[in-house]
Amino acid sequence: MLKTVLNGVTMKNPVIAASGTFGFGQEYDQYFDISQLGGVSSKGLTLEERFGNEGERVYETPSGLINSIGLQNPGVDAFIRDDLPFLRKKDTAVIANLGGSTVESYLEGVQKLGETDVDIIELNISCPNVKHGGMALGIRCDIAYEAVKKVRAVCKKPLMVKLSPNAQDIVEMARCCEEAGADSLSLVNTFQAMAIDVYKRKPVFQNVFAGLSGPAILPIALRMVYQVCGAVKIPVVGMGGISSWQDAAAFLMAGATAVQVGTANFVKPDICLDIIRGLEQFLKDQGCRSVSDIIGAARV
Amino acid sequence: MPVKRCGPAAVLENKPLGDGIFRMTVRWTEPVQAGQFFMVRGWDRFPLLSRPISVHDAAEETLVFLYEVRGEGTQLLSEKRKGDSVELTGPVGTGFPVEKLKGKIAVVSGGIGIAPLLLAVKGLSGCEVTLCCGFRDKSYALDDFRPYVREIRVATDSGREGKKGFVTELTDPAEFDAVITCGPEPMMEKLARACIEKGVPCYVSMERHMACGIGACLGCTHHTAQGAKCICKDGPVFKGEDIYA
Repeated sequence: MLKTVLNGVTMKNPVIAASGTFGFGQEYDQYFDISQLGGVSSKGLTLEERFGNEGERVYETPSGLINSIGLQNPGVDAFIRDDLPFLRKKDTAVIANLGGSTVESYLEGVQKLGETDVDIIELNISCPNVKHGGMALGIRCDIAYEAVKKVRAVCKKPLMVKLSPNAQDIVEMARCCEEAGADSLSLVNTFQAMAIDVYKRKPVFQNVFAGLSGPAILPIALRMVYQVCGAVKIPVVGMGGISSWQDAAAFLMAGATAVQVGTANFVKPDICLDIIRGLEQFLKDQGCRSVSDIIGAARV
Repeated sequence: MPVKRCGPAAVLENKPLGDGIFRMTVRWTEPVQAGQFFMVRGWDRFPLLSRPISVHDAAEETLVFLYEVRGEGTQLLSEKRKGDSVELTGPVGTGFPVEKLKGKIAVVSGGIGIAPLLLAVKGLSGCEVTLCCGFRDKSYALDDFRPYVREIRVATDSGREGKKGFVTELTDPAEFDAVITCGPEPMMEKLARACIEKGVPCYVSMERHMACGIGACLGCTHHTAQGAKCICKDGPVFKGEDIYA
Protein backbone atom coordinates (compact mmCIF):
# COMPACT_ATOMS: atom_id res chain seq x y z
CA MET A 1 0.00 0.00 0.00
CA LEU A 2 2.88 2.35 0.82
CA LYS A 3 5.01 1.31 -2.14
CA THR A 4 6.51 4.37 -3.77
CA VAL A 5 8.49 4.81 -6.97
CA LEU A 6 10.88 7.72 -7.04
CA ASN A 7 12.99 8.37 -10.13
CA GLY A 8 12.60 4.72 -11.13
CA VAL A 9 13.68 3.49 -7.71
CA THR A 10 11.07 1.35 -5.97
CA MET A 11 10.82 1.99 -2.24
CA LYS A 12 8.67 -0.02 0.19
CA ASN A 13 7.29 3.20 1.63
CA PRO A 14 7.70 6.95 1.12
CA VAL A 15 9.62 7.55 4.38
CA ILE A 16 13.31 8.38 4.01
CA ALA A 17 15.70 9.18 6.86
CA ALA A 18 17.08 12.64 6.11
CA SER A 19 20.71 13.44 5.50
CA GLY A 20 22.72 14.56 8.48
CA THR A 21 20.34 13.04 10.99
CA PHE A 22 20.94 9.36 10.39
CA GLY A 23 24.70 8.95 9.98
CA PHE A 24 25.18 6.02 7.62
CA GLY A 25 22.51 4.00 9.38
CA GLN A 26 24.65 1.87 11.70
CA GLU A 27 23.75 3.67 14.92
CA TYR A 28 20.02 3.40 14.24
CA ASP A 29 20.23 -0.22 13.18
CA GLN A 30 20.97 -1.00 16.83
CA TYR A 31 17.44 0.20 17.64
CA PHE A 32 15.49 -1.19 14.68
CA ASP A 33 16.11 -2.94 11.39
CA ILE A 34 16.58 -0.02 9.02
CA SER A 35 15.50 -2.23 6.10
CA GLN A 36 12.00 -1.17 7.13
CA LEU A 37 12.67 2.35 5.83
CA GLY A 38 11.80 3.49 2.34
CA GLY A 39 15.27 4.94 2.07
CA VAL A 40 18.25 6.38 3.86
CA SER A 41 19.98 9.58 2.80
CA SER A 42 23.61 9.52 3.89
CA LYS A 43 25.30 12.11 6.05
CA GLY A 44 26.39 14.91 3.68
CA LEU A 45 29.54 13.82 1.91
CA THR A 46 32.37 15.92 0.55
CA LEU A 47 35.23 14.85 -1.67
CA GLU A 48 37.71 15.20 1.20
CA GLU A 49 37.25 14.24 4.84
CA ARG A 50 36.03 17.16 6.98
CA PHE A 51 36.19 17.63 10.76
CA GLY A 52 33.39 20.16 10.65
CA ASN A 53 32.98 23.30 12.70
CA GLU A 54 34.64 24.22 16.00
CA GLY A 55 32.76 25.44 19.05
CA GLU A 56 29.14 24.78 19.90
CA ARG A 57 27.39 22.69 17.28
CA VAL A 58 23.87 22.21 18.57
CA TYR A 59 21.47 24.53 20.36
CA GLU A 60 17.91 23.74 21.36
CA THR A 61 15.16 26.28 20.72
CA PRO A 62 11.40 26.13 21.35
CA SER A 63 10.39 23.11 19.22
CA GLY A 64 13.56 23.42 17.18
CA LEU A 65 17.24 22.69 16.92
CA ILE A 66 19.92 24.95 15.52
CA ASN A 67 22.97 23.11 14.24
CA SER A 68 26.37 24.10 13.04
CA ILE A 69 27.96 20.72 12.35
CA GLY A 70 29.73 21.91 9.20
CA LEU A 71 29.51 18.72 7.14
CA GLN A 72 31.71 16.54 9.34
CA ASN A 73 32.16 13.41 7.20
CA PRO A 74 34.80 10.84 6.25
CA GLY A 75 34.89 11.82 2.57
CA VAL A 76 33.41 10.15 -0.51
CA ASP A 77 36.10 7.48 -0.84
CA ALA A 78 35.85 6.38 2.79
CA PHE A 79 32.04 6.31 2.52
CA ILE A 80 32.23 4.05 -0.52
CA ARG A 81 34.78 1.79 1.17
CA ASP A 82 33.54 1.67 4.79
CA ASP A 83 29.87 2.65 4.96
CA LEU A 84 28.15 1.89 1.68
CA PRO A 85 28.58 -1.91 1.99
CA PHE A 86 26.60 -1.87 5.25
CA LEU A 87 23.81 0.27 3.78
CA ARG A 88 23.71 -1.85 0.63
CA LYS A 89 23.18 -5.00 2.68
CA LYS A 90 19.99 -3.41 3.96
CA ASP A 91 16.84 -3.68 1.89
CA THR A 92 16.30 0.07 1.61
CA ALA A 93 16.96 2.72 -1.04
CA VAL A 94 20.38 4.28 -0.60
CA ILE A 95 20.66 7.97 -1.34
CA ALA A 96 24.14 9.49 -1.28
CA ASN A 97 23.99 13.11 -0.19
CA LEU A 98 26.83 15.10 -1.72
CA GLY A 99 27.98 18.54 -0.66
CA GLY A 100 30.88 20.56 -1.93
CA SER A 101 32.66 23.85 -1.98
CA THR A 102 33.37 24.13 -5.71
CA VAL A 103 31.62 22.89 -8.83
CA GLU A 104 34.74 20.83 -9.61
CA SER A 105 34.49 19.00 -6.31
CA TYR A 106 30.82 18.22 -6.96
CA LEU A 107 31.70 16.84 -10.38
CA GLU A 108 34.43 14.60 -9.02
CA GLY A 109 32.21 13.38 -6.18
CA VAL A 110 29.32 12.65 -8.52
CA GLN A 111 31.60 10.68 -10.82
CA LYS A 112 32.93 8.57 -7.94
CA LEU A 113 29.46 7.87 -6.59
CA GLY A 114 28.26 7.14 -10.10
CA GLU A 115 30.54 4.09 -10.18
CA THR A 116 28.87 2.61 -7.08
CA ASP A 117 25.47 1.02 -6.58
CA VAL A 118 23.85 3.92 -4.73
CA ASP A 119 20.30 4.41 -5.97
CA ILE A 120 20.08 8.20 -6.07
CA ILE A 121 22.48 11.10 -5.61
CA GLU A 122 21.07 13.97 -3.59
CA LEU A 123 22.98 17.11 -4.46
CA ASN A 124 23.18 19.34 -1.42
CA ILE A 125 23.29 22.88 -2.71
CA SER A 126 21.94 24.16 0.53
CA CYS A 127 24.19 23.59 3.52
CA PRO A 128 24.20 26.82 5.51
CA ASN A 129 27.17 25.78 7.62
CA VAL A 130 30.00 25.71 5.13
CA LYS A 131 31.59 29.03 4.34
CA HIS A 132 31.82 29.82 0.62
CA GLY A 133 30.27 26.49 -0.20
CA GLY A 134 26.73 25.47 -0.77
CA MET A 135 25.08 28.58 0.51
CA ALA A 136 25.48 30.98 -2.48
CA LEU A 137 24.68 28.03 -4.68
CA GLY A 138 21.47 27.48 -2.79
CA ILE A 139 20.42 31.11 -2.85
CA ARG A 140 20.93 32.28 -6.42
CA CYS A 141 19.11 30.60 -9.29
CA ASP A 142 21.68 31.42 -11.96
CA ILE A 143 24.53 29.87 -9.96
CA ALA A 144 22.44 26.82 -9.09
CA TYR A 145 21.37 26.36 -12.72
CA GLU A 146 24.95 26.27 -13.97
CA ALA A 147 26.09 23.86 -11.26
CA VAL A 148 23.18 21.45 -11.65
CA LYS A 149 23.57 21.45 -15.43
CA LYS A 150 27.26 20.53 -15.19
CA VAL A 151 26.59 17.85 -12.58
CA ARG A 152 23.72 16.40 -14.62
CA ALA A 153 26.02 16.02 -17.59
CA VAL A 154 28.34 13.64 -15.71
CA CYS A 155 25.89 12.02 -13.29
CA LYS A 156 25.01 8.40 -14.05
CA LYS A 157 22.43 8.18 -11.27
CA PRO A 158 19.07 9.82 -10.74
CA LEU A 159 19.87 13.31 -9.50
CA MET A 160 17.85 14.79 -6.65
CA VAL A 161 18.67 18.40 -5.82
CA LYS A 162 18.18 19.46 -2.20
CA LEU A 163 16.94 23.02 -1.96
CA SER A 164 17.52 25.61 0.69
CA PRO A 165 14.59 27.55 2.13
CA ASN A 166 16.99 30.48 2.14
CA ALA A 167 16.80 30.68 -1.66
CA GLN A 168 15.87 34.14 -2.93
CA ASP A 169 12.76 32.65 -4.52
CA ILE A 170 12.11 28.99 -3.76
CA VAL A 171 9.72 28.50 -6.69
CA GLU A 172 12.10 30.08 -9.18
CA MET A 173 14.95 28.00 -7.74
CA ALA A 174 12.92 24.82 -8.18
CA ARG A 175 12.10 25.67 -11.79
CA CYS A 176 15.76 26.45 -12.54
CA CYS A 177 16.92 23.12 -11.13
CA GLU A 178 14.27 21.27 -13.11
CA GLU A 179 15.31 23.04 -16.28
CA ALA A 180 18.98 22.25 -15.55
CA GLY A 181 18.13 18.56 -15.51
CA ALA A 182 17.34 17.58 -11.93
CA ASP A 183 15.32 14.34 -11.77
CA SER A 184 13.72 15.26 -8.46
CA LEU A 185 13.89 17.89 -5.75
CA SER A 186 14.07 17.58 -1.98
CA LEU A 187 13.17 20.48 0.29
CA VAL A 188 13.67 22.10 2.66
CA ASN A 189 17.09 22.11 4.25
CA THR A 190 17.53 24.18 7.43
CA PHE A 191 16.61 27.82 7.80
CA GLN A 192 19.45 30.20 8.48
CA ALA A 193 19.18 31.20 12.12
CA MET A 194 21.23 32.28 15.11
CA ALA A 195 21.39 32.25 18.88
CA ILE A 196 23.09 34.61 21.31
CA ASP A 197 24.58 33.74 24.69
CA VAL A 198 23.47 36.74 26.72
CA TYR A 199 25.92 36.06 29.55
CA LYS A 200 28.89 35.96 27.20
CA ARG A 201 27.38 38.70 25.01
CA LYS A 202 28.36 36.62 22.01
CA PRO A 203 26.74 34.52 19.30
CA VAL A 204 26.48 30.88 20.39
CA PHE A 205 28.02 29.61 17.16
CA GLN A 206 31.50 30.42 15.88
CA ASN A 207 30.05 30.87 12.37
CA VAL A 208 27.48 33.23 13.93
CA PHE A 209 24.68 31.84 11.75
CA ALA A 210 23.57 28.22 11.72
CA GLY A 211 20.65 26.11 10.51
CA LEU A 212 17.27 25.72 12.23
CA SER A 213 15.32 22.47 11.91
CA GLY A 214 12.62 20.65 13.83
CA PRO A 215 8.86 21.09 14.32
CA ALA A 216 9.29 24.88 14.53
CA ILE A 217 9.90 25.08 10.76
CA LEU A 218 7.17 22.70 9.62
CA PRO A 219 4.46 25.17 8.58
CA ILE A 220 6.87 27.22 6.47
CA ALA A 221 8.47 24.13 4.94
CA LEU A 222 5.02 22.77 4.11
CA ARG A 223 4.09 26.02 2.37
CA MET A 224 7.27 25.89 0.30
CA VAL A 225 6.74 22.25 -0.67
CA TYR A 226 3.16 23.06 -1.66
CA GLN A 227 4.33 25.95 -3.83
CA VAL A 228 7.11 23.97 -5.49
CA CYS A 229 4.85 20.99 -6.18
CA GLY A 230 2.60 23.36 -8.07
CA ALA A 231 5.47 24.70 -10.15
CA VAL A 232 7.46 21.68 -11.35
CA LYS A 233 6.69 18.36 -13.03
CA ILE A 234 9.52 16.34 -11.46
CA PRO A 235 8.88 14.52 -8.15
CA VAL A 236 9.33 16.45 -4.93
CA VAL A 237 10.50 14.95 -1.64
CA GLY A 238 9.14 17.02 1.23
CA MET A 239 10.75 17.60 4.59
CA GLY A 240 10.95 20.09 7.42
CA GLY A 241 10.06 19.24 11.00
CA ILE A 242 8.17 16.01 10.31
CA SER A 243 7.77 14.09 13.55
CA SER A 244 4.47 12.23 13.21
CA TRP A 245 2.49 10.37 10.57
CA GLN A 246 0.10 13.30 10.41
CA ASP A 247 3.00 15.59 9.50
CA ALA A 248 4.13 13.15 6.81
CA ALA A 249 0.60 12.86 5.43
CA ALA A 250 0.36 16.66 5.21
CA PHE A 251 3.50 16.85 3.04
CA LEU A 252 2.19 14.06 0.80
CA MET A 253 -1.15 15.84 0.48
CA ALA A 254 0.71 19.02 -0.45
CA GLY A 255 2.01 17.08 -3.43
CA ALA A 256 5.24 15.44 -2.28
CA THR A 257 5.96 11.94 -3.65
CA ALA A 258 7.92 10.99 -0.54
CA VAL A 259 9.07 12.58 2.69
CA GLN A 260 12.27 12.79 4.69
CA VAL A 261 12.36 12.70 8.46
CA GLY A 262 15.26 14.52 10.09
CA THR A 263 15.51 16.07 13.54
CA ALA A 264 12.81 13.75 14.92
CA ASN A 265 15.29 10.86 14.60
CA PHE A 266 17.29 12.52 17.39
CA VAL A 267 14.27 12.57 19.65
CA LYS A 268 13.24 8.95 19.18
CA PRO A 269 15.56 6.69 17.16
CA ASP A 270 12.70 4.58 15.77
CA ILE A 271 10.32 7.49 15.03
CA CYS A 272 10.33 6.60 11.31
CA LEU A 273 8.68 3.26 12.16
CA ASP A 274 5.90 5.05 14.04
CA ILE A 275 5.40 7.28 11.00
CA ILE A 276 5.33 4.36 8.55
CA ARG A 277 2.86 2.39 10.68
CA GLY A 278 0.70 5.44 11.26
CA LEU A 279 0.55 6.23 7.54
CA GLU A 280 -0.40 2.68 6.69
CA GLN A 281 -3.21 2.62 9.26
CA PHE A 282 -4.46 6.01 8.08
CA LEU A 283 -4.60 4.86 4.46
CA LYS A 284 -6.52 1.75 5.51
CA ASP A 285 -8.94 3.76 7.62
CA GLN A 286 -9.49 6.15 4.73
CA GLY A 287 -10.21 3.31 2.32
CA CYS A 288 -7.19 4.17 0.16
CA ARG A 289 -5.67 1.53 -2.07
CA SER A 290 -2.29 3.15 -2.36
CA VAL A 291 -0.33 6.05 -0.95
CA SER A 292 -0.68 7.73 -4.34
CA ASP A 293 -4.35 8.29 -3.45
CA ILE A 294 -3.35 11.02 -1.02
CA ILE A 295 -0.48 12.62 -2.92
CA GLY A 296 -1.58 16.13 -3.80
CA ALA A 297 -4.98 15.47 -2.23
CA ALA A 298 -5.00 18.80 -0.40
CA ARG A 299 -4.09 20.92 -3.41
CA VAL A 300 -6.57 23.62 -4.21
CA MET B 1 19.98 -7.11 14.89
CA PRO B 2 18.54 -4.45 17.16
CA VAL B 3 20.20 -4.72 20.56
CA LYS B 4 19.23 -1.44 22.17
CA ARG B 5 15.84 -0.07 22.86
CA CYS B 6 13.90 3.09 23.28
CA GLY B 7 10.69 2.99 25.18
CA PRO B 8 8.88 3.74 28.42
CA ALA B 9 10.14 2.81 31.87
CA ALA B 10 7.99 2.96 35.00
CA VAL B 11 9.08 5.38 37.71
CA LEU B 12 9.32 3.57 41.04
CA GLU B 13 10.60 6.48 43.12
CA ASN B 14 11.77 10.05 42.57
CA LYS B 15 13.23 11.32 45.80
CA PRO B 16 14.44 14.88 46.46
CA LEU B 17 17.80 14.92 48.26
CA GLY B 18 17.79 18.72 48.75
CA ASP B 19 19.38 21.58 46.82
CA GLY B 20 17.71 20.53 43.54
CA ILE B 21 19.23 17.03 43.59
CA PHE B 22 16.89 14.10 42.89
CA ARG B 23 17.28 10.35 42.82
CA MET B 24 14.94 8.60 40.39
CA THR B 25 14.52 4.82 40.34
CA VAL B 26 12.89 3.23 37.29
CA ARG B 27 12.14 -0.31 36.21
CA TRP B 28 14.70 -1.60 33.70
CA THR B 29 15.93 -5.11 33.09
CA GLU B 30 18.64 -4.88 30.45
CA PRO B 31 22.36 -4.78 31.36
CA VAL B 32 24.09 -1.43 31.85
CA GLN B 33 27.77 -0.57 32.31
CA ALA B 34 29.28 1.93 34.72
CA GLY B 35 29.71 5.29 33.03
CA GLN B 36 27.01 4.75 30.41
CA PHE B 37 23.98 7.02 30.20
CA PHE B 38 20.47 7.20 28.83
CA MET B 39 18.65 9.80 26.79
CA VAL B 40 15.72 10.52 29.07
CA ARG B 41 12.46 12.37 28.49
CA GLY B 42 9.41 12.63 30.66
CA TRP B 43 7.27 14.79 28.42
CA ASP B 44 5.66 14.71 25.01
CA ARG B 45 6.86 17.42 22.63
CA PHE B 46 8.42 20.20 24.64
CA PRO B 47 11.32 20.52 25.20
CA LEU B 48 12.27 18.97 21.85
CA LEU B 49 15.35 17.02 22.87
CA SER B 50 15.74 14.26 25.42
CA ARG B 51 18.26 14.81 28.22
CA PRO B 52 21.45 12.80 28.67
CA ILE B 53 21.43 11.46 32.25
CA SER B 54 24.12 9.11 33.53
CA VAL B 55 23.39 5.85 35.28
CA HIS B 56 23.97 6.20 39.03
CA ASP B 57 23.15 2.67 40.03
CA ALA B 58 21.65 -0.45 38.53
CA ALA B 59 20.27 -3.72 39.84
CA GLU B 60 18.62 -6.63 38.09
CA GLU B 61 15.32 -4.88 37.56
CA THR B 62 16.01 -1.26 38.37
CA LEU B 63 18.03 1.68 37.22
CA VAL B 64 18.80 4.76 39.30
CA PHE B 65 19.46 8.27 38.00
CA LEU B 66 20.95 10.92 40.27
CA TYR B 67 20.40 14.33 38.69
CA GLU B 68 20.40 18.02 39.40
CA VAL B 69 17.57 20.29 38.24
CA ARG B 70 19.23 22.71 35.85
CA GLY B 71 16.63 23.62 33.25
CA GLU B 72 13.22 22.82 31.84
CA GLY B 73 13.95 19.17 31.10
CA THR B 74 15.32 18.22 34.51
CA GLN B 75 12.57 20.31 36.15
CA LEU B 76 9.95 18.18 34.38
CA LEU B 77 11.79 15.00 35.40
CA SER B 78 11.79 16.15 39.01
CA GLU B 79 7.98 16.39 38.91
CA LYS B 80 7.59 12.68 38.08
CA ARG B 81 5.94 10.55 40.74
CA LYS B 82 5.73 6.84 41.42
CA GLY B 83 3.48 5.31 38.77
CA ASP B 84 4.45 7.82 36.07
CA SER B 85 6.76 6.77 33.28
CA VAL B 86 9.75 8.21 31.46
CA GLU B 87 10.98 7.46 27.94
CA LEU B 88 14.48 6.02 27.80
CA THR B 89 16.84 5.52 24.88
CA GLY B 90 19.91 3.45 25.60
CA PRO B 91 22.02 2.55 27.37
CA VAL B 92 24.44 4.62 25.32
CA GLY B 93 28.11 5.42 25.46
CA THR B 94 31.36 3.80 26.46
CA GLY B 95 31.85 3.70 30.21
CA PHE B 96 34.66 3.21 32.74
CA PRO B 97 36.92 0.18 32.21
CA VAL B 98 36.40 -0.84 35.84
CA GLU B 99 37.18 -4.50 35.28
CA LYS B 100 40.69 -3.64 34.07
CA LEU B 101 41.66 -1.52 37.08
CA LYS B 102 43.64 -2.86 40.04
CA GLY B 103 45.19 -1.59 43.26
CA LYS B 104 44.54 1.79 44.83
CA ILE B 105 41.99 3.79 42.89
CA ALA B 106 40.99 7.43 43.40
CA VAL B 107 37.41 8.14 42.37
CA VAL B 108 37.08 11.90 42.09
CA SER B 109 33.90 13.91 41.63
CA GLY B 110 32.85 17.52 41.36
CA GLY B 111 29.22 18.33 42.11
CA ILE B 112 26.66 16.20 40.31
CA GLY B 113 29.61 14.51 38.58
CA ILE B 114 29.34 12.06 41.44
CA ALA B 115 26.33 10.52 39.66
CA PRO B 116 28.03 7.93 37.40
CA LEU B 117 30.65 7.02 40.00
CA LEU B 118 28.54 4.80 42.29
CA LEU B 119 28.15 2.06 39.70
CA ALA B 120 31.84 2.47 38.87
CA VAL B 121 32.85 2.04 42.53
CA LYS B 122 30.66 -1.06 42.78
CA GLY B 123 32.51 -2.47 39.79
CA LEU B 124 35.91 -1.87 41.37
CA SER B 125 35.66 -4.93 43.60
CA GLY B 126 39.07 -6.03 44.79
CA CYS B 127 40.41 -2.48 44.52
CA GLU B 128 41.16 -0.16 47.39
CA VAL B 129 38.95 2.82 46.57
CA THR B 130 39.26 6.36 47.89
CA LEU B 131 36.35 8.64 47.03
CA CYS B 132 37.35 12.30 46.78
CA CYS B 133 34.32 14.47 46.21
CA GLY B 134 33.73 18.17 45.89
CA PHE B 135 30.42 19.95 46.48
CA ARG B 136 29.28 23.56 46.54
CA ASP B 137 27.99 23.54 50.09
CA LYS B 138 26.67 20.19 51.25
CA SER B 139 27.37 16.58 50.33
CA TYR B 140 24.77 14.14 49.03
CA ALA B 141 24.46 10.47 48.11
CA LEU B 142 27.59 9.54 50.11
CA ASP B 143 25.91 6.88 52.25
CA ASP B 144 25.44 4.74 49.15
CA PHE B 145 29.20 4.78 48.58
CA ARG B 146 30.34 3.86 52.10
CA PRO B 147 30.11 0.06 51.80
CA TYR B 148 32.37 0.10 48.74
CA VAL B 149 35.13 2.57 49.62
CA ARG B 150 37.95 2.60 52.12
CA GLU B 151 37.93 6.35 52.64
CA ILE B 152 35.83 9.38 51.71
CA ARG B 153 37.42 12.84 51.42
CA VAL B 154 35.10 15.82 51.05
CA ALA B 155 35.80 19.35 49.90
CA THR B 156 33.22 22.15 49.67
CA ASP B 157 33.35 25.61 48.15
CA SER B 158 31.77 27.08 51.27
CA GLY B 159 33.77 25.09 53.80
CA ARG B 160 30.55 23.93 55.47
CA GLU B 161 31.62 20.32 55.11
CA GLY B 162 35.07 18.77 54.79
CA LYS B 163 37.94 20.89 53.56
CA LYS B 164 37.18 24.34 52.15
CA GLY B 165 38.53 24.42 48.63
CA PHE B 166 38.86 22.28 45.54
CA VAL B 167 38.61 18.52 45.49
CA THR B 168 41.79 18.42 43.41
CA GLU B 169 43.65 19.59 46.54
CA LEU B 170 42.58 16.35 48.23
CA THR B 171 43.81 14.13 45.43
CA ASP B 172 47.49 13.49 44.85
CA PRO B 173 47.71 11.06 41.92
CA ALA B 174 51.02 9.74 43.26
CA GLU B 175 49.07 7.96 46.01
CA PHE B 176 47.12 5.88 43.50
CA ASP B 177 47.42 3.30 40.74
CA ALA B 178 44.65 4.90 38.70
CA VAL B 179 42.17 7.77 38.85
CA ILE B 180 38.63 7.98 37.50
CA THR B 181 36.77 11.26 37.52
CA CYS B 182 33.61 13.10 36.55
CA GLY B 183 32.88 16.75 37.18
CA PRO B 184 33.38 20.24 35.80
CA GLU B 185 35.94 20.34 33.03
CA PRO B 186 38.46 22.66 34.73
CA MET B 187 38.56 20.21 37.65
CA MET B 188 39.00 17.18 35.41
CA GLU B 189 41.65 18.93 33.34
CA LYS B 190 43.69 19.85 36.40
CA LEU B 191 43.47 16.33 37.73
CA ALA B 192 44.17 14.66 34.38
CA ARG B 193 47.24 16.84 33.82
CA ALA B 194 48.56 15.94 37.27
CA CYS B 195 48.00 12.27 36.43
CA ILE B 196 49.76 12.57 33.08
CA GLU B 197 52.71 14.25 34.78
CA LYS B 198 53.01 11.44 37.32
CA GLY B 199 52.31 8.64 34.86
CA VAL B 200 49.10 7.54 36.59
CA PRO B 201 46.32 6.26 34.31
CA CYS B 202 43.31 8.56 34.43
CA TYR B 203 39.80 8.22 32.98
CA VAL B 204 37.58 11.27 32.56
CA SER B 205 33.84 11.34 31.90
CA MET B 206 33.05 14.24 29.55
CA GLU B 207 29.89 16.25 29.04
CA ARG B 208 28.69 18.22 26.01
CA HIS B 209 25.50 19.54 24.54
CA MET B 210 24.19 16.77 22.34
CA ALA B 211 21.04 16.20 20.32
CA CYS B 212 20.78 12.45 19.71
CA GLY B 213 23.11 10.76 22.22
CA ILE B 214 23.75 7.84 19.86
CA GLY B 215 26.51 9.15 17.58
CA ALA B 216 24.38 10.36 14.69
CA CYS B 217 24.02 14.14 14.96
CA LEU B 218 27.75 14.83 15.42
CA GLY B 219 26.85 17.70 17.71
CA CYS B 220 29.29 16.59 20.41
CA THR B 221 32.36 15.84 18.30
CA HIS B 222 35.59 16.50 20.17
CA HIS B 223 39.22 16.61 19.05
CA THR B 224 41.13 13.84 20.82
CA ALA B 225 44.60 12.34 20.49
CA GLN B 226 42.82 9.49 18.66
CA GLY B 227 41.12 11.84 16.18
CA ALA B 228 37.58 13.23 16.08
CA LYS B 229 35.38 11.38 18.56
CA CYS B 230 31.75 11.59 19.60
CA ILE B 231 31.50 12.36 23.31
CA CYS B 232 28.21 10.44 23.37
CA LYS B 233 29.19 7.24 21.58
CA ASP B 234 32.98 6.93 21.78
CA GLY B 235 32.84 8.42 25.28
CA PRO B 236 31.66 9.87 27.55
CA VAL B 237 34.64 8.18 29.26
CA PHE B 238 38.04 8.78 27.68
CA LYS B 239 41.62 8.32 28.77
CA GLY B 240 42.82 11.60 30.25
CA GLU B 241 45.76 11.77 27.84
CA ASP B 242 43.45 11.46 24.83
CA ILE B 243 41.63 14.62 25.87
CA TYR B 244 44.31 16.71 27.60
CA ALA B 245 47.68 15.62 26.21
